[in-house]
Amino acid sequence: MVDARYFGDGLTYLNPSDLKGKLIAIEGTDGVGRSTHIEMLQEWLEVQGYGVVTTGWTRSNLMSKTIEMAKEGNILDRWSFSLLYATDFADRLEHEIIPALRSGFIVLADRYIYTALARDFVRSGNRQWARDVFGFALVPDLVCYMRIDVETLVLRVIETKGMNFWESGMDLRLGNDLYDSFKKYQSLLIEEFDKMAEEFHFEVTDARKSPDEIQEELRAKIQPLLTSHLKSPELPSDRFTQPTS
Amino acid sequence: MSTQSTPPMTPHPYPGKLIIVEGIDGSGKSTQLLLLHKWLESKGHKVFFTEWNSSELVKETTKRGKKNKSLTPTTFSLLHATDFASRLYHEILPPLKAGMIVLADRYMYTAFARDVTRGVSPEWIRKLYSFAITPDMAFYFKVPIEVAISRLLGGTRGQFKYYEAGMDMNLNQDVTESFRLFQSSILAQYKKIVDEFQLITMDATKDIETQQNDMRLLVGEALKDYKPRRGTHGRRTVFWRRFDVPKSE
Repeated sequence: MVDARYFGDGLTYLNPSDLKGKLIAIEGTDGVGRSTHIEMLQEWLEVQGYGVVTTGWTRSNLMSKTIEMAKEGNILDRWSFSLLYATDFADRLEHEIIPALRSGFIVLADRYIYTALARDFVRSGNRQWARDVFGFALVPDLVCYMRIDVETLVLRVIETKGMNFWESGMDLRLGNDLYDSFKKYQSLLIEEFDKMAEEFHFEVTDARKSPDEIQEELRAKIQPLLTSHLKSPELPSDRFTQPTS
Repeated sequence: MSTQSTPPMTPHPYPGKLIIVEGIDGSGKSTQLLLLHKWLESKGHKVFFTEWNSSELVKETTKRGKKNKSLTPTTFSLLHATDFASRLYHEILPPLKAGMIVLADRYMYTAFARDVTRGVSPEWIRKLYSFAITPDMAFYFKVPIEVAISRLLGGTRGQFKYYEAGMDMNLNQDVTESFRLFQSSILAQYKKIVDEFQLITMDATKDIETQQNDMRLLVGEALKDYKPRRGTHGRRTVFWRRFDVPKSE
């Protein structure tokens, strides 16, 4: 990250200029196959000798339990909702992402702040506050957006894990049942993601394609980042220790 | 929802009254608020009380983070904002909308003073709290650092806690010295905040009764045109809150 910078008001106590790694965010609504592709990307990168760290939404040590609890108790206000995610993100940013970037790792982020921005906007109709809150986020080197249309998404989710309360935005009471609510909520999210894709220059991949085609596209988008600034470690590959993630 | 990106300076639109106190640990603000609470209840008001960092969900998390010392200035700040948001929504706004009185021990100004001292951006923290409402009355209990220290050490607490003394900032190995340095910078931040948000400054070195009389006079004046609202008939819940050891985070 040669010209690393913060999204807004940054971490005043942390200078982002010495971050050698690359930050790649994979965005997309629920059920587009983000985590499968991240696993495959990690494998692909590690085989080439790059150190890879993955980080996932709500997976921080500090907050994962808290967010589970909050979801069980149905938090109602949009502020706490976004602030809980912001805290989780800040914890991972400072304890995982920045240290890894500083050591030259490639960080693959399963979802990034754009997820939070979309969710907050759908709940409030206001973009400014959430963007201010997440001002301390690093701007990623690359954002891959796995785009899907809501019709395909609905079929896919029903075929696999089914619809849950939060992915259906049931707190917003958008529809009469889980199905209607899911469809309405996810359409709103996709609509907002599409707008952000333009504004923040996401690389868009059609998530309706076959997994092989998608993976190939993602790799093609990541490849230029590797050649421009990162060199494969010069250590012999058998001495290169893999990071535990 | 408003589109401003700093805390509002205009009065809130609700029929209730929000009165808050601010000051460093050992300033005596909690004692004063408790006495005010008793007085208001004795006058027949229904009063709601809310305290900084007290929502169950966040308190547990803060405790966990403090225990393994993994909190950073930003996560510390965001956790307190989450707590505040959840209390604003659940504890502060409903009584205010119903026309009742809410007393808050610490408000967003605590974050402006403390989190900025810990190193977060002053602009960022103000934007973070832009969803807050302006209190009807905000009292700042001003006390010199030495008075606060002797009160705290002479009282029931005996020893300063890790984060209260700002030990996470590596200011000094000695807890009391660290407390002195940390709370002094907080005092300096409060000084700016008092002007910026026009808090009412109280001389917290005066004795308890004098301060309380001053406070009651000011509150009485501010409530002159306020019409109390309550659902129960004349049942006064006086003396339900006892003095206990003041808890600060």
